[in-house]
Order: sequence, then structure tokens, then C-alpha cells
Amino acid sequence: MASRSTRPISPHLQVYKWGPHMLVSVLHRITGSGMATVGSVLLVWWLAALAGGAESYATFRDVFTYANGRLNIIGYVIGIGLTLALFQHMASGVRHLFLDTGAGYELKRNKMGAMASLIISVVATAAFWLILGIK
Amino acid sequence: MGTGTPLGRVRGLGSAKEGTHHWWRQRVTAGSNLFLMLWLVVSILSRGSFDYASMRLWMQSAWVAVPMALLVISVFTHFRLGLQVVIEDYQHNETRVVFLILLNFFTVGLGATALFAIAKIAFGAK
Ligand code: HEM
Ligand code: HEM
Repeated sequence: MASRSTRPISPHLQVYKWGPHMLVSVLHRITGSGMATVGSVLLVWWLAALAGGAESYATFRDVFTYANGRLNIIGYVIGIGLTLALFQHMASGVRHLFLDTGAGYELKRNKMGAMASLIISVVATAAFWLILGIK
Repeated sequence: MGTGTPLGRVRGLGSAKEGTHHWWRQRVTAGSNLFLMLWLVVSILSRGSFDYASMRLWMQSAWVAVPMALLVISVFTHFRLGLQVVIEDYQHNETRVVFLILLNFFTVGLGATALFAIAKIAFGAK
């Protein structure tokens, strides 16, 4: 382990000017890790509850909905949180795939791509919940 | 080291002798995730009701059970690789090994449960 050595270390994060590309980079990690932990446990809980029968499915639904079937506050926080995380990770993930080809590193285009992923995720999340709400 | 294509020259390199294997599988599963997660989003939006009976009926169809199983395999492979990188960035020495083993238990345990649940519904056991 070299962490205690006297080698020079890089400057601390706070000396850098924040830009959308930094935000998108760290959001990619946070959303990916969030979905991998909270999202995957909820997905499997849902599948297992459905496989388990009407009773276990009702227990699952009761955590996230009122008796009339509408989402409660937990349902909304988890639901909107996970969809926003998915669309953000999806948009910046696709951006990653383009960057992997060596394209899009010019300062202006890189910033535009990062901004676009943020806008796409908010618009897609809003559209998702609007469509779900209308039905 | 070969003298062939650029890909041939990096295969099997690196301290783990994995070459670009990890990186490449993360990209391939990113592509399959993209299709499968969009399928899930569209499926949720086109459901009329989320009650027990209609959800069971929905998942009993092979057109749902198969993509759902593929989704679990693709997403779980993808985040297993992804979280490994996150752990390697922040954990060192023994704790890194412990976390990586826990990650394997978490992914395989949860993934197996998901696939079993899908199969149980699809094959109609009550
Ligand atoms: C507040 C500012 C920053 C944040 C929040 C941040 C966050 C992150 C995150 C989450 C990752 C891993 C995700 C990914 O690979 O896409 C990463 C990777 C990286 N960052 Fe940063 N970063 C910041 C600033 C910087 C700066 C200023 C530099 C260079 C001077 C830098 C160099 C790198 C490098 C070399 C990697 C590794 C890329 C790779 O693994 O392929 N970061 N950063
Ligand atoms: C929807 C389509 C998706 C696409 C296009 C996508 C794309 C990507 C790409 C390209 C990377 C590599 C980033 C890098 O090398 O720095 C990545 C990392 C990751 N993905 Fe995804 N992904 C998707 C869905 C998911 C889902 C559903 C999950 C979790 C359940 C997930 C969890 C992760 C994690 C944990 C990482 C590692 C993050 C890091 O190292 O900072 N991804 N994704």
C-alpha cells in the first residue's frame, strides 16, 4: 500500500471549478450504485412477492400504496428516485459509449453532452409519471 | 505478445491477465441493459393495473418471463462489474477482498432468487 508514502498527492477536489461534466460523472456512479443496491433489492422483493402468492404481494403493495391503490409518500419517493436514477444513468451511459469511440471530448461538445444527459433524464422522468398518472 | 490486430495485442494483459475483458463486458451489458430497461419502462407504462391477478397473468406469458429473466441476468452482470470498480476505488487491502466477496454473494444470491421467482410464476405454481 502506497497511501502513507511521501509521494506527492493530487490537489484536492475543491480547487477545481465545477462543471456539468463533473456532476454527470459522479451522478453516473451514484445512480449506478443506488440502482444496484436499493433498486435490485426492490426488484427481487417485487418478483418474490408476486411468486409467493396474493398475500405476500399485498404486503409488498401496502408498503408503497394506500388502500385505494394510489402511491403513498414512500411509493413516490422511491418511484421517482429510481426512475430519475435510471434515466440519468441511461443517458450518461449512452454518452459514455460515444466517448469510448474517442468522440465528444472538445470542451464545448463535452459540456453539451453532459447538459443533454441531465435534461433528458428530467424530461423522461416527468413524461413517465405524466403518462402513468393520466392512465 | 502477438503482433496482430490492436485487440489481439491487449488480450490477456494486465495484472489480472484479463486484458480488456471486464471493460468490454461492461459495455456489452450496457447495450443489452439499454434495450431491456426500455422494454421494462414501456411495459410498466402500458399496464392498466398492478393488482395481483393481472400482474401474475402478465408475467405468465413467455413474452414477459423471458425478457424479464434476460433483464435480471444482464443488469446483475452489469452492476456486478460496476460495483467491483467502485469497491476497488475506495477499499484497499483486506477490506477490499471482503467487500468483493460480499458483492459476489449479494449478486448471485439475489439473482438466483429473482430467476426462481420468475420461473415459478411462469410455470404456474400457485
Ligand atoms: C469534483 C470533481 C470530480 C468528481 C466529483 C469526480 C468524480 C469521479 C468519478 C465518480 C469517477 C468514476 C466514474 C467514471 O469513471 O466515469 C471519476 C473518475 C476519474 N476522474 Fe474524476 N472527479 C472529479 C474531478 C476530477 C479531476 C479534476 C480529474 C483530473 C485532474 C479527474 C480524473 C479522473 C480520472 C483519471 C478518473 C478515472 C477514469 C477511469 O477510471 O477511466 N477527476 N471521477
Ligand atoms: C439502462 C441502460 C444502461 C446503460 C446504457 C449503462 C451504461 C453504463 C456504462 C457505459 C458504464 C461504465 C461507466 C464507466 O466505465 O465509467 C456503467 C457503469 C455502471 N452501471 Fe450502468 N448502464 C445501464 C443500466 C444500469 C443499471 C440498471 C444498473 C444497476 C441496477 C447499472 C449499474 C452500474 C454501475 C454500478 C456502474 C459502475 C459505476 C462506476 O464505476 O462509477 N447500470 N453503466
